[in-house]
Amino acid sequence: MIQYIIRRVLSAIPVLFGILIVTFALARMIPGDPCKAILGEKATVEVCERFAREYGLDKPIYVQFGIYMNDVLHGDFGESIRFSRPVTIILVERLPTTIELGLAALLIAVLIGIPAGIISAVYRNSPVDVAVMVGANAGVSMPVYWLGLMLAYIFALLLKDTPLWLPPTGRLTAGIASTPFYEVFEWPVVEGGIKYHFFEFFANMYVINSIITQDWEVLRDTLKHLILPAFALSTIPLSIIARMTRSSMLEVLKLDYVRTARAKGVIERLVILKHALRNALLPIVTVIGLQVGTLFAGAVLTETIFGFAGVGRILYEAITARDFPIIQAFTVVIAIGYVVINLLVDISYIFIDPRIRLD
Amino acid sequence: MTTITETSTLITQKDYRSNSLWRLTLRRIFRQRSAVIGMSILGFLVLVAIFAPLIAPYDPEQVLIGVEDVSKRADPCIYLLGCSRDQPQHIMGVDGNVRDEFSRVVYGTRYSLFIGMSTVSFAVIVGTLLGAFAGYLGGWVDNVIMRLLDVLMAFPSLLLSITIVTVLGKGLENALLAIAIVSIPIYARVVRASVLSVKENPYVAASRALGGSHLHILFSRILPNAVPPLIVQATLGIGTAILDAAALSFLGLGAQPPTPEWGTMLGMERNQVFTAPHLVFFPGIAIMITVLAFNLLGDGLRDAIDPRLKQ
Repeated sequence: MIQYIIRRVLSAIPVLFGILIVTFALARMIPGDPCKAILGEKATVEVCERFAREYGLDKPIYVQFGIYMNDVLHGDFGESIRFSRPVTIILVERLPTTIELGLAALLIAVLIGIPAGIISAVYRNSPVDVAVMVGANAGVSMPVYWLGLMLAYIFALLLKDTPLWLPPTGRLTAGIASTPFYEVFEWPVVEGGIKYHFFEFFANMYVINSIITQDWEVLRDTLKHLILPAFALSTIPLSIIARMTRSSMLEVLKLDYVRTARAKGVIERLVILKHALRNALLPIVTVIGLQVGTLFAGAVLTETIFGFAGVGRILYEAITARDFPIIQAFTVVIAIGYVVINLLVDISYIFIDPRIRLD
Repeated sequence: MTTITETSTLITQKDYRSNSLWRLTLRRIFRQRSAVIGMSILGFLVLVAIFAPLIAPYDPEQVLIGVEDVSKRADPCIYLLGCSRDQPQHIMGVDGNVRDEFSRVVYGTRYSLFIGMSTVSFAVIVGTLLGAFAGYLGGWVDNVIMRLLDVLMAFPSLLLSITIVTVLGKGLENALLAIAIVSIPIYARVVRASVLSVKENPYVAASRALGGSHLHILFSRILPNAVPPLIVQATLGIGTAILDAAALSFLGLGAQPPTPEWGTMLGMERNQVFTAPHLVFFPGIAIMITVLAFNLLGDGLRDAIDPRLKQ
């Protein structure tokens, strides 16, 4: 088992190294003088020379890559051109919003997708199955941002003055504020320090923070603001998970041991949920892991529409301002996160399927 | 005696004709409901794209100020649904620059189909070459190519496309190139898997023994086996490419205004969703229908051609 884990971790290292090479190479491929791109067209030769020395741009390319790798490993992604602040700090401030949105979307996708897939497989070729599959096909074909806009139009405008009304933008209603848990518990935290950023990271996930502080009004308001973007973001993963669950369950349901379980007189619900689902789970978990990338990429679009101040939103702003350090940092962080999550998914196989442990 | 021989020859010819590989495959494809629906929608879209100048009542980039008495972002006006005949008919309304939305959506079909086909063609060609050489040559060539592609696959595709376009500069061509680059690994993997599965077959060894060159063996003997899964993957890939291209255009990185590209149209009017929802609704529906058509066709083809790939 440990050998399997070590092998998987080792196999991820070249990919992580590759990610750094690609993002480094892309940064160096930006047309034009990086000094003028960052400091503006009016930067003088002397200023540019100092800039090149400061950022190691006058050194050979492999040395530059070494500097870049060293910086990234120390969590230093340079300074944002647009905001003139360290990119790492911006990421720490913004990531919690995106993580919260992504997790909410993933939760919706799993909670609806897996049961929908199971029902579809059990009642194969029934109207329910057809409806689920039509829905899943439509779900993977829909632009996330379009669905987001349409949902906002329906729930914020058409259903205005009804109990179903949902806010179209922001994370909290004006006038409601989420007080960080460390302030509520009066923990001594110095603003700007590592401890502050660490606490702030979790406090910025309003759902978690409001549960810790038991502030139910903030929790209710946060959830109200979270539903639409999370649902819009969840459609593609939801559809893919439902389709995968269906086909994986169909494969398993026709196996002999399922027939044996039924012949033994095990009740149908147990046959499906215990005998079949457990064995059908492996490809489903794999596909859930793969959806993390879709979620983060989709967050760029969803956050832009719903005015969420997350990483996706700032990435959109960075695109318009050609703020490359932010785009680069976000790409590196997401790609690394993607690799690590899929690594964890691979490792989780051991617990889902004991045969892998034995191999 | 002669009659019997003629009859048996006739039967053999008939059987041969009715059971040829292509006929069998076509019959299987037409038995797939999703493939038939997908093909029908696509056929319709292709006709719309070809006959766009005949279908669209206006030039997609024509600003109607001074031409007609219509206001900015006017609601749809359809005579059949009771719209007054005093007003000019705009079945999908008028956009923020006073252009006929329907004409723009119709012309947008051309862009979407072109985007899907061109990016996937590029990715298929490059992916096939990389996958074929990796699978056929094996060893370090295989290792280097596949590890590079693994790295490309480690990035969420839309995110990598965004980064590449930011580096190359915004515009439709660069967006297409970015989408094509990020989709190469999928095709390379499909081809490599096919090559690996057949390259040790006796008929390949026979071809080698007969003095066939490596390129001849690879392209005439091995690669035809990769065609069916490649067609399936490419059809599904076109849908993804159209979605990603529309997303890039929505973010302002792809096609630039006044191009009647659906993603761009959506992006331009997204802040007007509460006042002019039709300007967001129609381009989005158009994207969805087109992507859905390719996805349905891809699913149907997969079930018909290569059920092993079924997910």
